[in-house]
Amino acid sequence: MEVTETWYLVLSAVLFAIGFTGLLVRRNPLVMFMCVELMLNAVNISFVAFSDALDDLAGQTAVFFVLVVAAAEVVVGLSIVVAVLRRGPAMTADDLSSLRG
Amino acid sequence: MVDVIVFVIAAAIILGGAFGVVLNSNPVRAALSLIGSFFGVAVVFILQEAHFLALVQIVVYAGAIVVLFLFVIMLLGVDRAEDLSVEPLAGQRAAGVAVGALVLALVLGGLFLSGPGGDEGAVALTGQQAATQPLDRNESDVDQLANDLFTRNVLAFEATALLLTIATVGAVVLVKNQGAEDLVVDEPGEAAS
Repeated sequence: MEVTETWYLVLSAVLFAIGFTGLLVRRNPLVMFMCVELMLNAVNISFVAFSDALDDLAGQTAVFFVLVVAAAEVVVGLSIVVAVLRRGPAMTADDLSSLRG
Repeated sequence: MVDVIVFVIAAAIILGGAFGVVLNSNPVRAALSLIGSFFGVAVVFILQEAHFLALVQIVVYAGAIVVLFLFVIMLLGVDRAEDLSVEPLAGQRAAGVAVGALVLALVLGGLFLSGPGGDEGAVALTGQQAATQPLDRNESDVDQLANDLFTRNVLAFEATALLLTIATVGAVVLVKNQGAEDLVVDEPGEAAS
């Protein structure tokens, strides 16, 4: 028995589905961000799997850029959460509706 | 065979961590489960000979991003457990799980139904071998990634530098001064008044 790219892709799909479900189910904006990170990681796994299967470096380069964009996204997203939640201690995603102005 | 054992253990860690993120009511525990999941992903990267990315995964994700999450959790003092038994929006949870299962079925269906079938493997890996950026397995992947980043993708690389700068400035602007009036300012000049 040997680990083929199919295994990695199935793992990636399951991880993505867990992250997606968590994003829909949870109401704490911080945990929702963590679920987005899980989904990004799932995609990274499949990028590396394709890179490995097709002997192509572009997949690994893509993962590198995904990492950078994820870092930037977390920085901005968390500062929005901090700015919104400082106004009140209530802790659900519904409070982000105050962004409407 | 060793591959299989390592993969199964790593997959168990990844999925266990992911379930921990979704199911833990305490945000701090969710963040710690997230670290476990990221370490599992790093093991999977090593298994696929992407050593540099595995290291970056640990340094950036487990080191920087999760610490940022923990900082924000502590800063806001929201580390109390959320009551998961209440469901303010009736049916949200069931609908969320149903849609998640649908997405999983969709992805797996696309994976297994669109392939050539037979012994060739059910998966639709129909891409050609790389013509422009071939992966040389005898050379270290750090060298190859560096060559690729600083020659072909140098413009994108510069753009990420700009992106990170903008994100940093944006974070400072967003967090600065919001509700500053109710903060206790701990400066000598303020104490006198």
